[in-house]
Amino acid sequence: MIRVVMCSLMAALLLAACGGGGNEGDSEKAKLEGNVRIDGSSTVYPITEAVAEEFRTVSPRVKVSVGVSGTGGGFKKFCVAETDINDASRPIKPSEIEKAAEHKVEFIELPVAFDGISVVVNPKNDFVDHLSVAELRRIWEPGSKVRSWKDVRAQWPDREMKLYAPGVDSGTFDYFTETVNGKSGACRSDFSASEDDNVLVTGIAGDQYALGFFGFAYFDHNRDKLKIVAIDGSKGPIEPSNKTINDGTYSPLSRPIFIYVSAEAAKRPEVDAFVNFYLKSAAALVKDVGYVPLPEKVYEFAIARFGSRRTGTVYKSESDKSRTLAELMAP
Amino acid sequence: MTILADSRLRRRWAISGAFRWLCRGITMFGVLMLGVLIYQVAEAGLPWLDWQFITSLPSRFPEKAGVKPAIWGTVWLVALTALISVPVGIAAALYLEEYAHKGRISTFIEVNISNLAGVPSVVYGILGLAVFVRWFALGHSVLAGALTMSLLILPVVITSSREAVRAVPDSLRHAALALGSTRWQMIRYHVIPAALPGILTGVILSLSRAIGETAPLILVGAAVYIGFTPDSPMSEFAVLPLQVYEWSGRPQSEFRELAAAGILVLLVVLVVMNASAVYLRHRFQKGRS
Repeated sequence: MIRVVMCSLMAALLLAACGGGGNEGDSEKAKLEGNVRIDGSSTVYPITEAVAEEFRTVSPRVKVSVGVSGTGGGFKKFCVAETDINDASRPIKPSEIEKAAEHKVEFIELPVAFDGISVVVNPKNDFVDHLSVAELRRIWEPGSKVRSWKDVRAQWPDREMKLYAPGVDSGTFDYFTETVNGKSGACRSDFSASEDDNVLVTGIAGDQYALGFFGFAYFDHNRDKLKIVAIDGSKGPIEPSNKTINDGTYSPLSRPIFIYVSAEAAKRPEVDAFVNFYLKSAAALVKDVGYVPLPEKVYEFAIARFGSRRTGTVYKSESDKSRTLAELMAP
Repeated sequence: MTILADSRLRRRWAISGAFRWLCRGITMFGVLMLGVLIYQVAEAGLPWLDWQFITSLPSRFPEKAGVKPAIWGTVWLVALTALISVPVGIAAALYLEEYAHKGRISTFIEVNISNLAGVPSVVYGILGLAVFVRWFALGHSVLAGALTMSLLILPVVITSSREAVRAVPDSLRHAALALGSTRWQMIRYHVIPAALPGILTGVILSLSRAIGETAPLILVGAAVYIGFTPDSPMSEFAVLPLQVYEWSGRPQSEFRELAAAGILVLLVVLVVMNASAVYLRHRFQKGRS
């Protein structure tokens, strides 16, 4: 019985795989074999998993594996050539570039999606309409004097503000503190932290005077339990949404997330096929898993960048982090 | 006088009865907690648990996602871990109990083994990454994972095996030696068979621990998404607890229910594994009497 079910399942899979192949290029892809080893950020993982899942129908014989060691943990393996691709929720750090150079690993940096860091409060909180970046900074900076909501704006109630944030090892925390407080990791220490963003959602949903931040997908799937706060980054208050994150108006709290491909591994046809497939299908797939696609132009730049095997990071100096991806990636 | 004795006696009976109820209550509390836990997991997970879930690869769509590679990865990992740690654990226990002279060195080894049992599992992961993945160049393979897991459970396997070997009565050893057997024959035909049920108990407990570990495996590079099942010890692998961990962190609530279904599968694998070990132990015990 079991065998019959397995056989019919496999037959179905084979049929599905064959159905995908129409012309000659596709049948070539279907014959591809080999391994693609991926590790890195758990934030990027859902996208890479979705791409790997779809890639199965194109090149069923390529064995793709994806780990979740975190951006930093993944780079430790990537920089000594143990993996082919690293998922990263932040740009590569200078120390990691040095390590890669030591082991003669060259990398191609490719952005794949946006994540809009969302600042949220409890739905019962009826007084907060928006927060400016300066106010966020007063709340979150190291040694902050803000204890109650009244300390932020005088007309707000004198109720203790409970703070929730992702764990200090996460890329989300790094990006938020760097953007708001000016230095990655610099932050007051009296907040509830969790590596699991679902715990933050539960915490804020159960606490009327809470404030917290995390990735947009976690707000998007819990709209009934949370209230979003519009952020004023000097151009008026903007709420994060697929549109405002995609066109860059939700600034400065939207960040690009990346894959880093080893130039040596990219010489292998299965890695080359996988990365091209990734960049071509990313726009559709990132929406499925709760992220926001990059502008079309940026995907085109990324495909061109990978095609010409341009190595190195586009973030050459501190000021580059405030420029848009389209500007940075333009050939 | 009799009245005094009577009231004393009654007090003693009362204390004895109360203690019995206390013990029963504490046991029931543990069972109750386990019941509540399993009920909650089953409530969320059971609707997702079907043949499709067990035979599919991971997917971004909850209704299409499955745990096939994770089940096979876990089976491979636990089987290899048992193959490595059981012989090594028994050999170490036999050496310490039957051969080693009681001196400073054996005390030193003993203290070290007990201390190793208390080391956090992540530390074994760091060690596994440095030694097995990099130095032995095993890569992110299921063999490297199994070696790391073996290190993790060896202290418990050795300690429990030693207890079992020590519990074998000396009269048995003396009788064997008096009839002219060598030390090897005595150990092979008398000590090991007599100690085996006890050894197996320790192995069952420690493998049950290994099956639920995630932290060291993340470090040695176990994958979460994997589009294939392992086909050799050098294959890359995913394991059930890691898949559960990844799903429970997803924003979509369906994935958290999938995580519960994954926990149920893990529990079934664990129960099947333990049941077969208990069966083995039973057979060994029977064979001797």
